[in-house]
Amino acid sequence: MKILVAVKRVVDYNVKVRPKSDGTDVDIANAKMSINPFCEIAVEEAVRLKEKGVATEIVAVSMGPKQSQEQIRTAMALGADRGILVESDDALEPLAVAKCLKAIIANESPDLVIMGKQSIDGDNNQTGQMLGALTSMPQGTFASEVEIADGKAKVTREIDGGLQTVELTLPAIVTTDLRLNEPRYASLPNIMKAKKKPLDTTTPADLGVDTAPRVQTLKVEPPAERQAGIKVADVAELVDKLKNEAKVIS
Amino acid sequence: MAAPILNTRDLEFMLYELFDAEGMTQRPRYADHSRETFTAAMDTSRAVAEKYMLPIRQKVDTNEPTFDGKNVHMLPEIKTAVQAVIDSGLSSMTADYELGGMQMPLIAANATGAYLSAAGSTMMGYTGLTNANCNLIEAHGTQAQIDKWVAPMREGRFAGTMAMTEPGAGSGLADLTTSAVPQEDGTYRVSGNKIFISGGDHELNENIVHLVLARVKGAPKGVKGISLFIVPKFLVNEDGSLGERNDVWLAGLFHKMGGRGQTSCALSFGEKEGAVAYLVGEENQGLRYMFHMMNEARIMVGTAAAVTALTGYQYSLDYAKERPQGRLASCKDPHSAPVNIIKHPDVRRMLLAQKAYSEGAYALCLLGAQLADDERTAPTEEERKQAHLLLDFLTPIIKSWPSEYGPRANSLAIQVMGGHGYINEHPVEMFYRDNRLNPIHEGTYGVQSLDLLARKVPMGGMAGYQACLAEMEKTINEASTDAAVAGFAKELTEAIQTLKSTTEVLLGAMAEKNIDLALANSVKYLELFGNVVVAWIWLKQGIVASKALAGNPHEDDQKFYKGKLQALKYFYRFELPEINVWSKILCDLDDTTYEMQEEWF
Repeated sequence: MKILVAVKRVVDYNVKVRPKSDGTDVDIANAKMSINPFCEIAVEEAVRLKEKGVATEIVAVSMGPKQSQEQIRTAMALGADRGILVESDDALEPLAVAKCLKAIIANESPDLVIMGKQSIDGDNNQTGQMLGALTSMPQGTFASEVEIADGKAKVTREIDGGLQTVELTLPAIVTTDLRLNEPRYASLPNIMKAKKKPLDTTTPADLGVDTAPRVQTLKVEPPAERQAGIKVADVAELVDKLKNEAKVIS
Repeated sequence: MAAPILNTRDLEFMLYELFDAEGMTQRPRYADHSRETFTAAMDTSRAVAEKYMLPIRQKVDTNEPTFDGKNVHMLPEIKTAVQAVIDSGLSSMTADYELGGMQMPLIAANATGAYLSAAGSTMMGYTGLTNANCNLIEAHGTQAQIDKWVAPMREGRFAGTMAMTEPGAGSGLADLTTSAVPQEDGTYRVSGNKIFISGGDHELNENIVHLVLARVKGAPKGVKGISLFIVPKFLVNEDGSLGERNDVWLAGLFHKMGGRGQTSCALSFGEKEGAVAYLVGEENQGLRYMFHMMNEARIMVGTAAAVTALTGYQYSLDYAKERPQGRLASCKDPHSAPVNIIKHPDVRRMLLAQKAYSEGAYALCLLGAQLADDERTAPTEEERKQAHLLLDFLTPIIKSWPSEYGPRANSLAIQVMGGHGYINEHPVEMFYRDNRLNPIHEGTYGVQSLDLLARKVPMGGMAGYQACLAEMEKTINEASTDAAVAGFAKELTEAIQTLKSTTEVLLGAMAEKNIDLALANSVKYLELFGNVVVAWIWLKQGIVASKALAGNPHEDDQKFYKGKLQALKYFYRFELPEINVWSKILCDLDDTTYEMQEEWF
């Protein structure tokens, strides 16, 4: 069984990002970049499936600038067998990414695609679902447990107010939630081995994908600073304010 | 947000801007590496440190190992943490691929290991010493010894120690009495007592390989009659399986002020028929071989001291940014909100001092690591020789300056935090206790000062000394063309002048007058030389920062580089001038301490 895992290069979760002073974008010029945490969980799940003998090959794919190779290498150090970079310096929106993935799937014919439910920079939570629509593959999003047996994937999903289990016929798409697993770190020997694993590069154009943005960013600004609190004279005033100013009670 | 263990930006500055860690990847030995593999290794190290070491740091400190007369007991979490270090490949980063290592350059490995050392404090002593033990056997042992002992140590199955100190022979190794009797089968039987053996007994590993200094029967007195032996806790059969228990026993554990992650043991060799021992190299050459390990251990000590200072600095810095207390003298309004303590200039003084000490010390250690790399792998024989010369000369300073100024930095971290720094709700008091060992072991501060003044300076027609001055000269020339740092270059030139004239007076006095008097203030000479060297290291950092600032970097980097320049300034204003007091004492051949009589105390 072949698993395709999508990994994205994003600003490291420890970095506090700021808007650029001209408000055109987020300033990430100098920031440490890492593999998106949800993608890391996706890689871990794929590696565990391989360790269990369920999967035989893991292919890590990323779309982004040349440096996204680093994140593919990270995935390979964690256990992916080879990598594919779809190189593009454009800001890729979920639809473009999903189209690239669709083209890769057409070439690779994986039995399972595992990807993060969202990336911590865009926070869109769209790519997996769009890919499902584009490929007509069944999808199990927000997975907290994945079981593969008899050509099917049993996916436990984290939904509002509980868990839902769905059964998907392979090939299928799974997007990972936070509690699916705890990703490992790469051992040093595996970091070295990853350097020798094959990594192919292609481009959206080669895959016949139009990456032109569909969304225009008008302005990026920091959230308003929190105002200082005030002291109220008595309960009556507090109730009044909750009713008429905060409008949280009626 | 919690304080970071270490400032990763600063480590990257040192590796890639101040030094050329990336350049190492041009050398055949390191050809598989790149900045990417270094970064990945550092990420792994930080992950292991945060997952396994930070959570138990205080527990390890408050639950020291115990001995029930038979076995050592320690927190089981220590084994888990040490095993995680071994399993992730962090315990043998610099070893050959064939031996299970990652063949990392020492400079990159040093910075990678820094996270573990900062977070786990002294738990790292086990794997650190094991590594040094392996390196010694690889350098001086036979192939059979390497196969038998090094391989399982590299795999993390065996641990290693160095057993030198005895109850009657600590700094004065010449008087050691542990004896070795040759046997017909070519092995020896060792008997004697050793103390302060770090990692001397524990059950973290299957076996422990002691490197023991002992005197073969009939060997000459003094250091010329010392041989080095491999003495395992368990004998090892031909097929590599564990054999009988050897005649080496734990006599007791010491209760240490700090460093409680690692056992410190009294070991008794040969209580029965003598411990089976295997000679390393030739008889009576033991001390020379041991110095192979000692020199490495001395850089390890400097590094541990510097890293403990760095992490204490980060911790107290984080605290100072968040702890509101008091108002500035200029603020007369009692209704105004108190300011965070970092707004008080005296708190900034203590933070700046910590920054200057710890970053200066650590950069010095990385220079040492780079020289150790150059000594092994520089392209030409001439470069390798030059690196060896300079490293050998600088070793007493790399060991001593960080271990003297590291605890000072930790003391200031406590001071920044006031009462909260003095209690164990925060780790800074532990950092201080842990760090306080460093001026003591692997050659005390005093021993290092004698090594520098009486041995290293005059050695080889002062070749090491001259090489060191020549390197400083190069930096001064570079700095002189940059207006932002040229003033400091001038001050360093003057400081070197002071160093030169002081050295001349002392060498003259050693040759012509009472040598005991000439060496009486040797520690002040070590401090003088150390401050000049660290001033040089800061000037190097200043040159890089100034150049980077001229390129109009990102706002965050601008702040970072300005901080470097301010620490440079602090060092030259507050610390470097002290050498003038010390120089006067030295040049006067001041006899205050020399003349003091035992009975007058």
